[in-house]
Amino acid sequence: MSAVIDGQAHEEHHEHHPAGLMRWVTTTNHKDIGTLYLWFSFIMFITGGILALGLRMELFQPGMQLWNPEFFNQLTSMHGLIMVFGAIMPAFVGFANWQVPMMIGAPDMAFARLNNWSFWLLPVGATLLVSSFFVPGGAVAAGWTIYAPLSTQMGPGMDLGIFALHIMGASSIMGSINIITTILNMRTPGMTLMKMPMFVWTWLITAYLLIAVIPVLAGAITMVLTDRHFGTSFFNAAGGGDPVMFQHIFWFFGHPEVYIMILPAFGIISTVIPAFARKPLFGYSSMVYATASIAILSFIVWAHHMFTVGMPTAAQLFFMYATILIAVPTGVKVFNWIATMWKGALSFETPMLFAAGFILVFSVGGFSGLILAIAPIDYQVQDTYYVVAHFHYVLVAGSLFAIFAGLYFWLPKWTGHMYDEKLGKWHFWLSMIFFNITFFPMHFLGLAGMPRRIPDYALVFADYNAIITIAAFGFGLSQLIFLWAVLKCIRGGEKAPARAWEGADTLEWTHLPSPAPYHSFHDQPDVK
Amino acid sequence: MNGSGHAELHAANRKLLRKLLIVALGMFGFGFALVPFYETICEVTGIRNVFKPDTVSAENTQVDTSRTVSVEFDSNTQTLAWTFKPLEGSLAVHPGAVTQVIYEVRNTLDRPVTGQAVPSYAPQYAAGYFKKLECFCFKQQTLAPGEVRRMPVVFVIDPSVPADVRAITLSYTFFEVAGTRGKRG
Repeated sequence: MSAVIDGQAHEEHHEHHPAGLMRWVTTTNHKDIGTLYLWFSFIMFITGGILALGLRMELFQPGMQLWNPEFFNQLTSMHGLIMVFGAIMPAFVGFANWQVPMMIGAPDMAFARLNNWSFWLLPVGATLLVSSFFVPGGAVAAGWTIYAPLSTQMGPGMDLGIFALHIMGASSIMGSINIITTILNMRTPGMTLMKMPMFVWTWLITAYLLIAVIPVLAGAITMVLTDRHFGTSFFNAAGGGDPVMFQHIFWFFGHPEVYIMILPAFGIISTVIPAFARKPLFGYSSMVYATASIAILSFIVWAHHMFTVGMPTAAQLFFMYATILIAVPTGVKVFNWIATMWKGALSFETPMLFAAGFILVFSVGGFSGLILAIAPIDYQVQDTYYVVAHFHYVLVAGSLFAIFAGLYFWLPKWTGHMYDEKLGKWHFWLSMIFFNITFFPMHFLGLAGMPRRIPDYALVFADYNAIITIAAFGFGLSQLIFLWAVLKCIRGGEKAPARAWEGADTLEWTHLPSPAPYHSFHDQPDVK
Repeated sequence: MNGSGHAELHAANRKLLRKLLIVALGMFGFGFALVPFYETICEVTGIRNVFKPDTVSAENTQVDTSRTVSVEFDSNTQTLAWTFKPLEGSLAVHPGAVTQVIYEVRNTLDRPVTGQAVPSYAPQYAAGYFKKLECFCFKQQTLAPGEVRRMPVVFVIDPSVPADVRAITLSYTFFEVAGTRGKRG
């Protein structure tokens, strides 16, 4: 534990950063930047959430109540874009900034100033995206997938959206390069790749995915842009192009993208569960290989998003079987988590509640994904609420719950205070209950044929939709408890020990005090 | 960490940064490379052959005189100031018989315009039995100001067409090819 003393000693003569606002604008410190990422993503989470509640209000009753259909389309599209590119992805980059250097015993990220730039591009992109609500024709209304020809035809809101995606994509690529370089070049001596914490492994693989597919998205939206303004015909059938090609290129990005949003979540869960089971992670190397397999398979399954657009039967079978194959490494992970808990000395503090809840509810989403992967069934439920239920089970109960688990887990290390356990438990249970009341009935609605992205619906769907809207508001309001718990933890509370969780064994717990000093691991620790 | 170790790390980091940037740029190019790749796949698998002449196998050239199919010709323009019409509204055709119909198009603008015609069929599944051997829709058409052009379509209806198909509508829509301003053709 002598390194703890070292860390504190170094803190003294390194604390020379500007105070106030300029500290945050000019910071190159990985912890500051991590904090910025997390607050940015929380603001985006609330923004996207308000849009979701806006569209749920319209769907409270059948018939047209509040919005015209054009605005409803903008709400659904912007909700998706903001949650994916503004909330979930930056939140994980925030975790990476805080945790990767500390977990591998590095003093900071490899490119500190690039890191600052990566973050500050995000508010610019987000402002462009949100400001598209105020231009003629309104915001992006072509769905978060911005399919051509909708995206090649709509008003200037789409141009703002495309620029925003370019900027946020550039931010992601720079962030990923930074993370890969940090992990590959700056691990503490003795930490071989196969000794890295699982969270670091999942982020290494995620960062490679980002570098591989974000440029493909950039290419696709650049083609949309030139089709719109420079007379090209990539997606314009009249000029010899093909709108279906947009879907292929988009989903070549889009499917790895959904793993980009879940692999770091797997990493967090693989960190939290061993800590609260007080056992090492079961099957560490199989976890690494499973993560890598999921990432590789993600490149050859994209067309399962578009079975109904028309493709040869052989192609449908290929994409169907390849998709089902992904269940194998994912199953390995779920079994490993359960095996880690098996006969462990379990305790259920808030991070563990979210992690255990994650396994349960994410598995539901995984199974509905398997059902959707089967082409003939997909023909029936394509573009219905069944799909909406599926991807909210993996994105909300998957990615978001893992983010909550990680936040409660590391808040003591970041703030130096324990969070209020009672608030955390209220947050978990209300989120869990309202989440399921919101999204579980969507399976039934989808199987019964309720189409997604439509502001009106048949009378038979009225009861479920009313319940869903009420529960959605419950879920939204529950997140205020989370905000309260975080603010309370930052401002004070029970002093957190260096090793706030007795089962936590990564470097930030064993070698650093709580709160982690502004500069840590200037002298790299030795690991066995 | 000593000074030389730091400089070494710095150099190693920059080297990796360059490599990863090249990967990112390469993947940006790959996104565009998917376009010709997609077109090749479509061509090889025959998914998208609207701009290619159909081939007719020998057994399908037997004229089935026992029945006739009424082929209706339709023409539209999409935000394009051309007049576009078939010279005949409809023809009664025996399946298997090679038939020709003429469409006439006039550019009413005072500038050259390039257009592309896109065919469609009603009923939709008849498309599979409607073989176009020659069509003005296989390439873009550039018309000088005021030019009038008569363009043939030569087609055969596959004799294996189901008996319940008594009428097929062939409809063309002319689109302006954006951005060309009559340069191509």
